[in-house]
Amino acid sequence: MLREGEVRIPSGCAISGIFSKKGKMLNGRSIIDSIATMHDRSNGLGGGFAGYGIYPQYKDAYAFHIFYDNTSAKLACEKFIDKHFDVINLSKIPTKKVAAITNEPIIMRYFVKPLPNRLKESQLEENEFTVQCVVKINTTINGAYVFSSGKNMGVFKAVGYPEDVGEFYRLDEYEGYCWTAHGRYPTNTPGWWGGAHPFAMLDLSIVHNGEISSYDANRRFIEMFGYKCTLLTDTEVITYIIDYLHRRLGFSFTEVSEIIAAPFWDTIESMKPEDRERLTYFRNAFSNMLITGPFSIMVGFDGGLMALNDRLKLRSMVVGEKDDMVYIASEECAIRVIEPNLDKLWSPKGGEPVIVTLEEGLK
Amino acid sequence: MDYQYPEFEVVRNADRCIGCRACERQCANEVHYYDADLGKMMCDESKCVNCQRCVTLCPTRALKIVKSDNTFRENANWTMENIKEIYKQAETGGVLLSSMGNPKPLPVYWDKILINASQVTNPPIDPLREPMETRTFLGQKPTEVKRDENGKIVNNLSSQLKLEVPIMFSAMSFGSISKNAHESLARAAAELGTYYNTGEGGLHKDFYKYGPNTIVQVASGRFGVHKEYLEAGAAIEIKMGQGAKPGIGGHLPGTKTVGEVSRTRMIPEGSDAISPAPHHDIYSIEDLRQLVFSLKEATEYKKPVIVKIAAVHNVAAIASGIARSGADIIAIDGFRGGTGAAPTRIRDNVGIPIELALASVDERLRQEGIRGNVSIVVGGSIRNSADVVKAIALGADAVYIGSAACIAMGCHQCRACHAAKCNWGIATQRPDLVKRLNPDVGYKRLVNLVEAWNHEIKEMMGGMGINSIESLKGNRLMLRGVGLNEKELEILGIKHAGE
Ligand code: SF4
Ligand code: SF4
Ligand code: SF4
Repeated sequence: MLREGEVRIPSGCAISGIFSKKGKMLNGRSIIDSIATMHDRSNGLGGGFAGYGIYPQYKDAYAFHIFYDNTSAKLACEKFIDKHFDVINLSKIPTKKVAAITNEPIIMRYFVKPLPNRLKESQLEENEFTVQCVVKINTTINGAYVFSSGKNMGVFKAVGYPEDVGEFYRLDEYEGYCWTAHGRYPTNTPGWWGGAHPFAMLDLSIVHNGEISSYDANRRFIEMFGYKCTLLTDTEVITYIIDYLHRRLGFSFTEVSEIIAAPFWDTIESMKPEDRERLTYFRNAFSNMLITGPFSIMVGFDGGLMALNDRLKLRSMVVGEKDDMVYIASEECAIRVIEPNLDKLWSPKGGEPVIVTLEEGLK
Repeated sequence: MDYQYPEFEVVRNADRCIGCRACERQCANEVHYYDADLGKMMCDESKCVNCQRCVTLCPTRALKIVKSDNTFRENANWTMENIKEIYKQAETGGVLLSSMGNPKPLPVYWDKILINASQVTNPPIDPLREPMETRTFLGQKPTEVKRDENGKIVNNLSSQLKLEVPIMFSAMSFGSISKNAHESLARAAAELGTYYNTGEGGLHKDFYKYGPNTIVQVASGRFGVHKEYLEAGAAIEIKMGQGAKPGIGGHLPGTKTVGEVSRTRMIPEGSDAISPAPHHDIYSIEDLRQLVFSLKEATEYKKPVIVKIAAVHNVAAIASGIARSGADIIAIDGFRGGTGAAPTRIRDNVGIPIELALASVDERLRQEGIRGNVSIVVGGSIRNSADVVKAIALGADAVYIGSAACIAMGCHQCRACHAAKCNWGIATQRPDLVKRLNPDVGYKRLVNLVEAWNHEIKEMMGGMGINSIESLKGNRLMLRGVGLNEKELEILGIKHAGE
């Protein structure tokens, strides 16, 4: 049986997200309740969560969540980490036995900071240094897989239904200002936990519902910039594209959405000159990062959350608001179950990003 | 000993022939004649090139041209063709000349590649109901973002070509083809929102008005190249090589160097226009860089520069050099590309298939991280819209069509262009023949062809769930091979069907 990464597996999915603009600390329980209502959109072959603001005591350290297939992978990886990082804290990620979750790997968490001399030697900036180390571990240490590497955030994922995954990771013991969740419906079994979503890179985490038709065009392009698509999933390539555009080229999330879900030429031509020029430029200069085919994605980042549909809106997605709270999900029921009295509920148009961020001074 | 039985037989159905003598007037090769004594049409089939002109124009469908069944003793090694060519060379001592593309039964990889379509997990899209886009820009793409003091994005793109369809007309010089053929191409390019290419024969003064849709070529012979010419086009193409005859320069027989052709080329009438094999100022990649930049200087960096090369063995390394030379676009011409005249041995034996060349160039440029430095245009030979889709999915930005464009204008691929007596008014300069190609008709047929292809491209894209051509580019997962071996699949970078 081929593992995810050795074969490309199409999936259908459910996604859900919660965000407090005032930075209120939300218990992980609510996101479990939300995603659980969309049980039928998953098939028990992958579920996961991302929480932001969950590690305030270590907020300046990168939190690595790592799966190990065996102890020798763990030894090799820890040796690598020790050589490159100062480990501030390490522990097993607390889990609890859930009947539906089996075959668990060794799951560890490390709070780390790059070793100053190593960082200097590499002539890289801190984030890039960390990314390169993570890629190194994931591509060269057999049996070790870093699935979360951001600051003050964390990804929790497994093979199983999302609500079981949430119980397994005891998410009700965490609190954060933003949560996203993903339930997966792969058409054949991914065979290992790394294939579940969210997919994350530094503080960027992505959940995605859809199957993009531009996959290989995007993959072959982004791999020119040092990324290596090892999982062959849409989410992975979308994450790299967003990382490249946002972190490396400095585009804002609005601009990122204008590139990856660019409007049609007809629409661009009817825009006012300034927008027309910018979008024409984007569609020419960054055309290889246009994403086509059905997708709805939620991009979590430090201090914010972006939701975006493909430009034809071939996948459902609704947004609800109540006071400072923003809810986003594949289906309305996933929002209603945790907040029945919404101030506002709407369905964003294709290609139109919904971007929410913490209020001024809260980050 | 040198007598050769004619290759074709002209079969005339006497019951149908009404003696109108149209065939006689139509055949520039003087095959048909009327025998007054016998009171009937006769023919000298030894001169027939099987261009199908008389067949097409005979009002009573009395004619057909068939391959002669006269044979030498069969021999798989000493085929009749091999033997006949020896007789010809033993008699004349000359180099064998041919035209159009390589006709040998070598593999056509396009036909061994199949295209994907969506089912269930991802919806196909219907081009009649949803927008479907084929606009393409050719030129260097930036890897940095520039903003002004207010944080506004600054357009830092160098000059680009904007194509409404990913198809351009490839270089065919005025001289090798007629003025009417050029006019058809120029007008079609303008109407389609794409480009045609002057080839190496300069630009006729009447056609300067199509400049915004013209690519002007600079070849080793530098015929017809001057400042005004360079400024007239939307882009400049440096021709380093051609798929039909890699390693040698252009060749225009003196019979075609007449009147306006000689004036446009700035050479004497009746002289053979033979371009040198190399550009005498380019003996290495640094020299190419200098030429690229001198052309850019001469046109104030307003025009993208294309470097056209033939697909040869180490094409990937050559392309990588070109991508670093400042060129904006690389055009690669495969070994099946057409020509107005080429030595037969070179046409049939030198160069490699475009499919393999394209796949390895695209992959190499990506491995080196410089794919964005250049756009890739491929030609030689693209025969239909499926070839276009496959080329783009392998990694091309756009394609060049030459033979297909000629065929749209009436060419029947008789491969006798070098004889300068094209009965279809394309590869000839004889005024009576040239006027057979009416530019009003020729241009419309070209427009029809490209529009039909573009519609088919959209349908295939829609089937894959892709609504914009940029998402097809380099999307090799959309392709599968059939009947290809491991090595071929590896070079093409695609999986086998069923995988
Ligand atoms: S064109 Fe046809 S009908 Fe007329 S002379 Fe020739 S063969 Fe006879
Ligand atoms: S050369 Fe062409 S026109 Fe002349 S006889 Fe042959 S097919 Fe007919
Ligand atoms: S262009 Fe004319 S001469 Fe050349 S192959 Fe076509 S029909 Fe024959």
